[in-house]
Amino acid sequence: MARAVSNKKKISNTAVAGILGFFMFFPILWILILSFKTEEDAIRAPLEVLFGSGWTFDSFAAVQARSDYFKHFMNSVIISLGSTLVGLIIAIPAAWAMAFVPAKRTKDVLMWMLSTKMLPPVGVLIPIYLIFRDLGILDSRIGLTFVLMMINLPIIIWMLYTYFKEIPGEILEAARMDGASLRDEVLYVLTPMAIPGMASTALLNIILAWNEAFWTLNLTSAKAAPLTAFIASYSSPEGLFYAKLSAASIMAIAPILIMGWFSQKQLVRGLTFGAVK
Amino acid sequence: MATKASRSSARLMIAPAVILLLGWMIIPLGMTLYFSFLRYNLLQPGLAPFVGWENYYWFFTDPSFTAAMWNTLVLVGGVLTITTIGGICFALLLDRPMFGQGIIRIMVIAPFFVMPTVSGLVWKNMFMNPVNGIFGQIATGLGFQPIDFFGQIPMASIIFIVSWMWLPFATLILLTALQSLDQEQLEAAEMDGASWANRFWFIMLPHLARAITVVILIQTIFLLSIFAEILVTTNGGPGVATTNLTYLIYVSSLLQFDVGIGSAGGVVAIILANIVAFFLMRMIGKNLDA
Repeated sequence: MARAVSNKKKISNTAVAGILGFFMFFPILWILILSFKTEEDAIRAPLEVLFGSGWTFDSFAAVQARSDYFKHFMNSVIISLGSTLVGLIIAIPAAWAMAFVPAKRTKDVLMWMLSTKMLPPVGVLIPIYLIFRDLGILDSRIGLTFVLMMINLPIIIWMLYTYFKEIPGEILEAARMDGASLRDEVLYVLTPMAIPGMASTALLNIILAWNEAFWTLNLTSAKAAPLTAFIASYSSPEGLFYAKLSAASIMAIAPILIMGWFSQKQLVRGLTFGAVK
Repeated sequence: MATKASRSSARLMIAPAVILLLGWMIIPLGMTLYFSFLRYNLLQPGLAPFVGWENYYWFFTDPSFTAAMWNTLVLVGGVLTITTIGGICFALLLDRPMFGQGIIRIMVIAPFFVMPTVSGLVWKNMFMNPVNGIFGQIATGLGFQPIDFFGQIPMASIIFIVSWMWLPFATLILLTALQSLDQEQLEAAEMDGASWANRFWFIMLPHLARAITVVILIQTIFLLSIFAEILVTTNGGPGVATTNLTYLIYVSSLLQFDVGIGSAGGVVAIILANIVAFFLMRMIGKNLDA
């Protein structure tokens, strides 16, 4: 039985944790505030910014006008959704087969797949760069989609595998007893149970692909640059505009931040390959 | 039971993934290894004589290599220390009964979803800029000399930024592990008069051991490859003060176009990561049977 905890204790816990949470969140909150300010206001003293200046949407429009934010946003969307989709198409059958028709070597195959994730990107950057250059897919959405698909494929397979493994075999047997064909089995019994796992896997993969910066920075320049690379262009001195940098940053992180909040649990599982539950 | 037919169809289903991953591993890896024995400059196409171990020799004797190795070690070690200890504290705190736990939790884990280029630039400009950054303004307002973070303490600043991004990860994993702890055991210990320190040391910490190992190993893999945060804040400088191994290889191969030396560095990075991966794989492998 749970212990009764006094409200006083709860309040003091809330206060301490709240302050810590606030400090962790503050940088994000601050750029959210600055993104609604004018450039002149954005560099004033913190309290003045908060209370002494007005609010405006100008920065968001300016970011779009300065370097076509929308194009980079679309690049991010296409690359992360595309790599997730292709990854799922390749991973679902593989994970399915390993979970439901395990062989002696299944465990070795899984471990080996994971080991490819340990390859440091910088160790294979040059060959990929040269291959892409020769194929003419440097700075292209196709090339980037492929790379991001490859680097996340082991994680997708692992996550799907752990989810599929949890589908109880008894249900399958019951369906078979009732005379379900293989087609019915897959369509009406397995798929509905597998969909939540697939959805969480897709979610985690989109988050990872959206924020991936090493490959996007090194393989794109202008055309296919997603938001990670777009934001990096603000590191040049001409980009030192706090309000615009804030607006661009908020627009770059907001979709993933919201998605991430909804998928905390899956994240733990996906990022630790199920080793922590 | 799996029949022969389903076995072979299973193989067919696994094949695309295996072939792709095998190609992804072998082709670039083989090329990196091959390039590392050539004097290969991107600006001189068609001219790449075989030079044996020369690239490795130059890479190892380059003073930036020693600096980069040291920086990599300091960066990984520093962030790991901060995030692991901080993560345990945060997790213990968030595990206590409180109001609005969901909202506080959301605030704590938010930095994890911020893309590395954004967090690098935001910290650099809005906070650590000595003139207009918040830290500088507060220092000036209180009558102190503001710190020029990336000039005076560049590595500490990067460690701080990266820790901010990874502390949520550690907290999330450890909190999840903590919540699976058997409460009755804790209560029984408390009834028997065990102090909080004893309960933490003898019950909670052993329970967290696995999660802590996972946090350390996973983070190490990612931290060895830190790149974007350095690119947008210091460009590896001042001098080579914040150049880690990844950044050094990037500089020699894509900025100085010396593919040979860059590849030699790449091989070194691969060996380094594999040492870490070895332990990680053993851990996860154990879990697979459970």
